[in-house]
Amino acid sequence: MLTISMGALLILIGYFLGLYFFDSATAGLVIALLVWAILSLIGYFQGDSILLSMSRAKKIRRDDHPRLYNVVEEMKIASGLEKMPEIYIIDDPSLNAFATGRDPNRASVAITSGLLQKLNRDELQGVIAHEISHIKNRDVLLMAMCSILLGTIVILAWYGSRFLIFGSVTGSRRSSSSGGGGGAQIIILVVALVFMILAPIMAQFIYFAISRKREYLADASAALYTRYPEGLASALEKLGASTGQLKSANKATAPMYIVNPFRKKGLKASDLSSTHPPLSERIRILRAMAGASFNDYDQVYRQVHGGKGVIPAASLAAETVPIATTKLEGEAGEPNEIQRVRETSDVMWRLSKYHTITCDCGAKLRVPPNFKEPQIKCPHCGRTHQI
Amino acid sequence: MLAVYIVIGIIVVLLIIFLATYNSLVRLRNQVKNAWAQIDVQLKRRYDLIPNLVETAKGYMKHERETLEAVTNARNLAQQVASAGAGERAKAEGELSSALSRLLAVVENYPDLKANQNFLALQEELTSTENKISFSRQFYNDSVLKYNNQTQMFPSNIIANMTGFKASEFFEVTLAAEREAPKVSFT
Repeated sequence: MLTISMGALLILIGYFLGLYFFDSATAGLVIALLVWAILSLIGYFQGDSILLSMSRAKKIRRDDHPRLYNVVEEMKIASGLEKMPEIYIIDDPSLNAFATGRDPNRASVAITSGLLQKLNRDELQGVIAHEISHIKNRDVLLMAMCSILLGTIVILAWYGSRFLIFGSVTGSRRSSSSGGGGGAQIIILVVALVFMILAPIMAQFIYFAISRKREYLADASAALYTRYPEGLASALEKLGASTGQLKSANKATAPMYIVNPFRKKGLKASDLSSTHPPLSERIRILRAMAGASFNDYDQVYRQVHGGKGVIPAASLAAETVPIATTKLEGEAGEPNEIQRVRETSDVMWRLSKYHTITCDCGAKLRVPPNFKEPQIKCPHCGRTHQI
Repeated sequence: MLAVYIVIGIIVVLLIIFLATYNSLVRLRNQVKNAWAQIDVQLKRRYDLIPNLVETAKGYMKHERETLEAVTNARNLAQQVASAGAGERAKAEGELSSALSRLLAVVENYPDLKANQNFLALQEELTSTENKISFSRQFYNDSVLKYNNQTQMFPSNIIANMTGFKASEFFEVTLAAEREAPKVSFT
């Protein structure tokens, strides 16, 4: 619905601009669609690698971090993805994760090393499930298309307003063949002006509303895949408690992160210009769910918000799905936080191509990749080690 | 003339609807088959993991011979009945799951074993495989639900009956053994 209104805005602005400048609405529509097509092509061929290289993400294989790889594989099975997404770790102490990929078969999931250290397995599973549901629901594609729509509207509005100003400065270029006469001209001028000012603003609000809606859907999908909404809820809680900003995020890439990298603490109401719903509300909905299905999520959402639900009607089934029995943290084999921190920093050193030498005194020597000497001396005890 | 065009138009639209529904049924049924095969893959992975696990644990858990043997026997039995009917197979797999959880509960008493890197890696793999088995069963059931909905709900049930698509069975776990939580004795 929202996407349709955004598309309608585009068509309207094209229509009125064309009517004003070219006396032909069709010309305006054609230009609008042309700009949209060109932007779409550019956007389509840009690819995911730009986003990943921007965030200094490092790709991992199964051996690099078996727990993370296994969790992603488990969610791949639960969601029914055909191909395993590529997994990246971002070397950043802040807590965040994102998913990219226009196509479910060529998708990637990235997570910061800070988040990897902080979460236990159930919480990690919830976060990964949320990201994978973005991939499965094709949210990345949707948001990319919406931002192209938004960009087209903004471009048209901007050029329209410039031509309007130039047009009136260089004198009237209207001939009397525009049928209708002066009165109709002014009306069209006013409408065109209104659209040129309002359309970008409205389009932006619609864009943010779409983004928030897809976030709710991703939360609901994560609860359904894991059958354990508490996992994602407590992960979001940990995320909410931290305020460190992700160094490499910017406004353009913000919608794809699991929490708004630009959030300010204390924003209660659903800020109209926010790409994500407020964390406290997301946690509340997840914890109030009676079952794990979309129906249960929608029910709680309607209670919290009153009125319409947020899940598309096509996905609502009649029956509910039970939540899995409570899982214990610190079960046999589950690493505690200190072990996770050690494990993650080991992985990050290895991925940066450092050698690790364990000295007999207990110290771990990290040798940088460009170290040329054949031997190294332990700074703690003085023993020499061969490289 | 117009009447003819309208009729042709209606027929074309009906044909498109028919084809779309038929394709959707085929896609869902294939997804069910694929999901079933996925369960197989994960079960097989568990068979391959267990001998390694038992070997690593044996060195440390010298007094837990029965627990270890139970696991090995359950695993061998499950592998044998792998080609038998679904009911028998589910039972054997359930027995294996409970034997494994008993073993992992006992591991808590052996801090040396818990610190062994090899064992930890194996345990992670095993936990993950158990999760994957349950998720692939979950996905199978979800797929069966979607498929059954489409074969039974109106109007696609007409097309389903015409082309011979039948509802599938859910993978139910009706074993007491699997539902039972492992007993931890404090004696």
